[in-house]
Amino acid sequence: MTGNGRFGIHGGQYIPETLMNAVIELEEAYNRYKDDPVFNQELTELFNDYAGRPSRLYYAKRMTEDLGGAKIYFKREDLNHTGAHKINNVLGQALLAKKMGKTRLIAETGAGQHGVATATAAALFGMECVVFMGEEDTKRQALNVYRMKLLGADVVPVTTGTATLKDAVSQAMREWTARISDTHYCLGSVMGPHPFPTIVRDFQAVISKEIKEQMRQAEGKLPDAVIACVGGGSNAIGSFYHFINDLEVKLIGCEAAGRGIDTFETAATINTGRLGIFHGMKSYFCQDKYGQIAPVYSISAGLDYPGIGPEHAYLHDIGRAEYVAVTDEEAVNAFEYVARMEGIIVAIESAHALAYAMNYSKVLSADQCVVVTVSGRGDKDCASVARYRGEEIGE
Amino acid sequence: MSRIRNAFSGKKAFIPFITCGDPDLSTTEEIVLAAAEAGADLIELGIPFSDPTAEGPVIMAADERALKNGVTTDQIFELVKRLRSRLDIPLVFMTYANVVYSYGSERFLENAAQAGIDGLILPDVPYEEKEEFHALCQQYELDLISMIAPTSENRIARIASEAEGFLYIVSSLGVTGMRADISTDIGSMVKLVRENTDIPCAVGFGISSPEQAAAMAEISDGAIVGSAIVSMIGTYGKDAAGPVSEFIRSLADAVHAVKG
Repeated sequence: MTGNGRFGIHGGQYIPETLMNAVIELEEAYNRYKDDPVFNQELTELFNDYAGRPSRLYYAKRMTEDLGGAKIYFKREDLNHTGAHKINNVLGQALLAKKMGKTRLIAETGAGQHGVATATAAALFGMECVVFMGEEDTKRQALNVYRMKLLGADVVPVTTGTATLKDAVSQAMREWTARISDTHYCLGSVMGPHPFPTIVRDFQAVISKEIKEQMRQAEGKLPDAVIACVGGGSNAIGSFYHFINDLEVKLIGCEAAGRGIDTFETAATINTGRLGIFHGMKSYFCQDKYGQIAPVYSISAGLDYPGIGPEHAYLHDIGRAEYVAVTDEEAVNAFEYVARMEGIIVAIESAHALAYAMNYSKVLSADQCVVVTVSGRGDKDCASVARYRGEEIGE
Repeated sequence: MSRIRNAFSGKKAFIPFITCGDPDLSTTEEIVLAAAEAGADLIELGIPFSDPTAEGPVIMAADERALKNGVTTDQIFELVKRLRSRLDIPLVFMTYANVVYSYGSERFLENAAQAGIDGLILPDVPYEEKEEFHALCQQYELDLISMIAPTSENRIARIASEAEGFLYIVSSLGVTGMRADISTDIGSMVKLVRENTDIPCAVGFGISSPEQAAAMAEISDGAIVGSAIVSMIGTYGKDAAGPVSEFIRSLADAVHAVKG
C-alpha cells in the first residue's frame, strides 16, 4: 500500500469534505493502536474468549473422497460467535472506536451477518447501535433483523435505489456525515475510503495467519490454493493476506455471477465491471457506460454488491489472485451437497467458494491441498434456498 | 476575470441548483432560462447519479426521476450548448466523481468546456483526491470548485489557499436538504477563508427561504439553494418553470438586497 491508501491505482479517499477529518482521525487512532501491546492483548482475548478463535481447520474427508482430487480443508469461520467471519473485524473496530471515545456504532449490512456482529459488539461494549439494511434484504433475512433488534440495535430499512447492500452503504455514509463526533462507522468489508480497506483487512488477516499454522500442523506444508467468496472481499482478503508473498499458493476469489455473467442479473464485479470511483474508493464496479452504478443481483444478499475492495482489484491487476464467477445454481448445488456430504450447512455466500472448489479440486492430484473458507453458517439461508427450489417454508 | 468571479462582482450572488432531466430536459431548459431571467447569478446544473451519497431525499428522488427518464451525460452536454447560446451567466456542473471518471475524465472536461461550462463541483472529491481532476480542469480552463464543511477546521486554510472560482461552504453536517436552523458558526469559517484567499464564498446546504438566503449572504458572498427548488420541481413537474422562477426571484431579490 502507498500513500493515501492506494493499492496500485485503486483505493483512495473519495468522500465528502465533511467526513475527511473523521477518516483522518480514524487513521491516526489506528496507527496509534495497531502495534500497541495492550490493544492487541485485549483484542486477542476478545477473539479467543468471546468469538471462539482460533477457528477450526477441518479436513472434509467425505467430500474429498467423493470428488477424487485434492484434499479439501474448510476454514470454519462459521463456527465463530455470531456465525461468520464478520465478528473479527467488528471486535477490532469496536475496540478501536471505544478507545477513540465513540459511544455509537453505525453499520451497513447485506445478509445481516455484519449487522448482527456489529449489534453484538455494541451490546458487549455498551454502545448504541444503528444498522442500515436494504429493505429487500430485511425481507430476505428476516431472522437476522430480529437478532439485531434482540441485541439492542435499531435496524433502519433502506428503501432507496435497489434497496440492497449498496444502498445500505450509501445510507450509512449519509448518516455518518450527519453525526460524526460520537459515532464510528463500522464498515463491514475491505472497501470504502482509506483507512477502512486496510483496517478491515488487518483485523480479518487472523484467518490466513491461522490457516498457515494449522496447515503446517496438518500437512507440514502450505496449501496449493486458498479459495474464498468475494463480495466486498473481507473474508477473502483475510484468507489470502498471509499467503500473498507465498507465490506457490494460488489465491482464488469467487464472485457471485447470479443468473450468469452474460446476463444483467449478476454481481460479478471483476468479471463484468470496469474501473470507477464509488463509495469512497477507486476500484472495479458494475456500471453502465455513463457511470451509473448497476442494479446487481445474486441469490446471496452478502455478495450482492456492485464493487470490490481496492486490494482485490490490485491483486487482480497484478495477476496475484484470480477472480472467478459462480452462479446461483452452482452455489445452491454446493450448499445442498456440503450439507449432505459433510453435515455442514454453510452460508450461501460461502457456497460460492465451495462450488468452485468442488470443480477445482478435481483437476488437482491427491497429494495437493486446497483450503476453502467457510465464511459463515447457513441457517439464515435455508428459507431462500428452499424458495429457489420452489418450496415455501416459514422462517 | 473569469465568468464565475464576475458573478460575485459588486454584489452578493444567488446560486440555484437544478437537476438536469428532472422531469425532462426541455423542462430543465425552460427552468434554467427562467432562473437566469429571475436573477440567478450562477447556476449549478446537477448531472444525476444513481447513488448520490452527499444528497438528501429530495435531490436523490430528482436524480432517480431523471435517470428513470433515460437522461444521459451526452444529452446534458447538448442541453448546455443550447443554454449557452442564450445565457451569459456562469454555469457549473455538480455531479459525482464516477460520472466524470467513467465517461473518461479528459473527454468529459473537453466536452464540458466546449459546451460552455465554467466549473465543476464534485462533492465526493476532497482536497486529497482533487489533483487527477484539477490538472484536466486547468487544461480545459474550468474551475474545480472546492468545498469546506463545519468539520473542516484545520483543513480550511489549505483548501482555501488552492481554491478557485468560488468556495462552497457547506452550512451544516449531513447531506443536502432543507433545514429549519443553521447553527454552524459560518462567520468564523469565512474569516478563516479570508485569511488565505480573496475568492468569493457561497453558502449552501439547508437554505430554503429568502430570509435564510439573505442571512447567509450577509456573512458570505452568496447563497446556494438546491433542495427547496428541486422539491418544487418535483411537485410541479413539466409546469415547474413558472412557480420555480417566482421562487428564485424571491430568493435572488433577498440576496441582492444584502449590501456588498
